[in-house]
Amino acid sequence: MRLAILDKGHTFGTKILFAFIGAISRQPVVDAVKLVMYRPDFYGAPMKKVVHEAMRGPSAWSVGDRELMAAFVSKVNECEFCIKAHGAVAGRAYGDGTKVAAALSDLETAPITDSLRATLRMLRKLVRENTVGAEDMRAVLAAGASREQIEDALAVCFAFDTTNRLANAFQFFVPGPAGFEAGAKFLLARGYQ
Amino acid sequence: MANIRQARQAVIARILEGEGTTSRAERRGAFDAAGLPEPLSTLVEKVAKHAHDVTDDDIAAARASGLSEDQVFEIVVCAAVGQATRQYDAAFAALDAATKGS
Repeated sequence: MRLAILDKGHTFGTKILFAFIGAISRQPVVDAVKLVMYRPDFYGAPMKKVVHEAMRGPSAWSVGDRELMAAFVSKVNECEFCIKAHGAVAGRAYGDGTKVAAALSDLETAPITDSLRATLRMLRKLVRENTVGAEDMRAVLAAGASREQIEDALAVCFAFDTTNRLANAFQFFVPGPAGFEAGAKFLLARGYQ
Repeated sequence: MANIRQARQAVIARILEGEGTTSRAERRGAFDAAGLPEPLSTLVEKVAKHAHDVTDDDIAAARASGLSEDQVFEIVVCAAVGQATRQYDAAFAALDAATKGS
């Protein structure tokens, strides 16, 4: 973590909470949690509402689909922490880690629906080029995604476009697989609130 | 459908209009990725366009220019939310154009 305040500048009460989480999960608190718990009034608390609604609010996409979108956007943004964190949640949600790995390594051949594939293609262009055109949206609609599903995918993209930048700029520490599995279990059970 | 409209506006209003250790003008400049002096302009540009290229030196340069860690935190948050917002708005405009009249 590049700023010491994000690592160790939390209030006494928050430090107690971190010690508690560490004892229960047997894993150190990850940097994503440290970020949103630092001066939560400024960013963490209001942003958690956005992320929870995007990832767990009502949607025609499953939780696994949205976690895969999060991991996929993170891959385009080259954010190792978020790829691994949300790849792990997607794998758990689907009950199929190989599907997630396939989608992240080769979108065109992965065993996912055409509407999800077309949505991920559009998100990839948006994140790479910072914009998309009406023709890109028509392609997603033609593949079977509804307008509401596209809006839901854009909500996921907004959440992770923001988070990826912060994770990369502040250089989140990337734990081993056990750390991400513990995090995935928590995020699947509790969401982002 | 998931509805992030109000929650997203609340984030933007808080970081740009609420209390902070940086001025509202500095936070707006970071959000817009425009109008900030060096070395902040380089840091903000990197966060917006290729955040994986941010280095320890970029952060150190911002600190050496007189900013506290809290101020760097606020500037980076505003830069990240600003770029994500521009992408989101561009995508919505494209979606509106694609579904116009349907």
